[in-house]
Amino acid sequence: MPNNLITIQEYSKEEILGALELASKFEKEPNRPILSDKVVASLFYEPSTRTKLSFESAAGRLGAKVIGFSDTTVTSETKGESLRDTIKIVTNYADLIVIRHPLDGSARFVAEIATVPVINAGDGTNQHPTQTLLDLYSILKTQGRLENLQITIVGDLKYGRTVHSLIHAMSHFSPSFIFVSPHELRLPQEYRDFLTSQAIPFKESSNLEEGIEGASILYMTRVQKERFSDPVEYEKVKESYRLTLPMLKGALPNMKILHPLPRVNEIEIAVDDSPHAYYFQQAENGIYVRMAIMASLLLKRVDF
Amino acid sequence: MEKQLKVSAIKDGTVLDHIPSNQVFKVIDMLNLNKISTQITFGTNLDSKILGKKGIIKISNKFFADEEINRIVLVAPQAKINIIHDFEVVEKRILTVPHTIKGIVRCVNPNCITNHQKMDTLFYTIVKNNEIELKCHYCERITTQNNLKIISSNH
Repeated sequence: MPNNLITIQEYSKEEILGALELASKFEKEPNRPILSDKVVASLFYEPSTRTKLSFESAAGRLGAKVIGFSDTTVTSETKGESLRDTIKIVTNYADLIVIRHPLDGSARFVAEIATVPVINAGDGTNQHPTQTLLDLYSILKTQGRLENLQITIVGDLKYGRTVHSLIHAMSHFSPSFIFVSPHELRLPQEYRDFLTSQAIPFKESSNLEEGIEGASILYMTRVQKERFSDPVEYEKVKESYRLTLPMLKGALPNMKILHPLPRVNEIEIAVDDSPHAYYFQQAENGIYVRMAIMASLLLKRVDF
Repeated sequence: MEKQLKVSAIKDGTVLDHIPSNQVFKVIDMLNLNKISTQITFGTNLDSKILGKKGIIKISNKFFADEEINRIVLVAPQAKINIIHDFEVVEKRILTVPHTIKGIVRCVNPNCITNHQKMDTLFYTIVKNNEIELKCHYCERITTQNNLKIISSNH
């Protein structure tokens, strides 16, 4: 197991599967205070309530004490202290650092400064590896396997970091993909090239219903207003990728809908009660995955 | 035909020839030549059979390590490096693309941590269709040769 979790690409297939297996053990037995002698620093330089609570809940179930902050206005960062100096101090106060920061690459930088393990809880638009692990965990849990699944990914495929990481991580498991997006937000060339180089079949479409048929996983993402330089363009496309209950008629019985949340309006509320909806359980799975990562970064072995 | 050297010969040192004219000052920057105390002569917009116009830089009593000189492949891939001893070329070096580039180049991504902290940039080089791309070790974005910005060594 690597010493940090900065990007999911640094985890091999075996390491990913190992983390998922450990997560499933924690799910069966969630209150395991095996880190009761540890302190976890939770440094949130931008607001992300759900991710922060999930990490802190995971640390709490493991018995660790949590220190940290979630608002840059209360830190000396605003008084000109560099991130480097903050980390040099915090690394002496904690056994593990969880960092969320608005700048791309900040987590890698922090891992180079810190003398304790670092978990990237989102660095700008770059990486959010625990989200990817909880996506994989949700896929494995609902489908019973990761191999040979048809996965449809919908929404902002251009900027969506969860999408890019998911594609990378799933590439270990012979998937086939359907990508549904407005043309302006289609999957970047480098990821299409990557899939081609791995001989992973994929189709691109701008029709949501086309992507539902035959899919085991329907991965929805939100089309963010701030991604458009022209607000008129946003108004034009925002309704076209909205999932409604009637669209699910032709879906496979065990098809599950995932979404990294928060949802805006891309899934209508009526879908929440459908047996296909899985996005709230998916968020819950984040706790077990984060427990698994924290425990494996801090302990040589985790016994059950 | 005039056979006189436009940039006078040096006794010992390094000659960087066949630099694209518009990259001469970038090469000077990348090699920190403004910090060197030995004699430097350079010419630019000289006639060249290969490039049309070329630049040349002659640095007396200075010999570069491979990792130092290979940086300039980013802006002058066709440059020829001649090592001079006693007015004779004793060695011709060919530039190779280094695996990593540390410092020197700015990351194209304005949201990259390297553009906000006092720290060195670090890139992995990728050669694609004869062009060199730089992948940022931190933010993972690609900086292409077209939008390459050299971090000036003046500050």
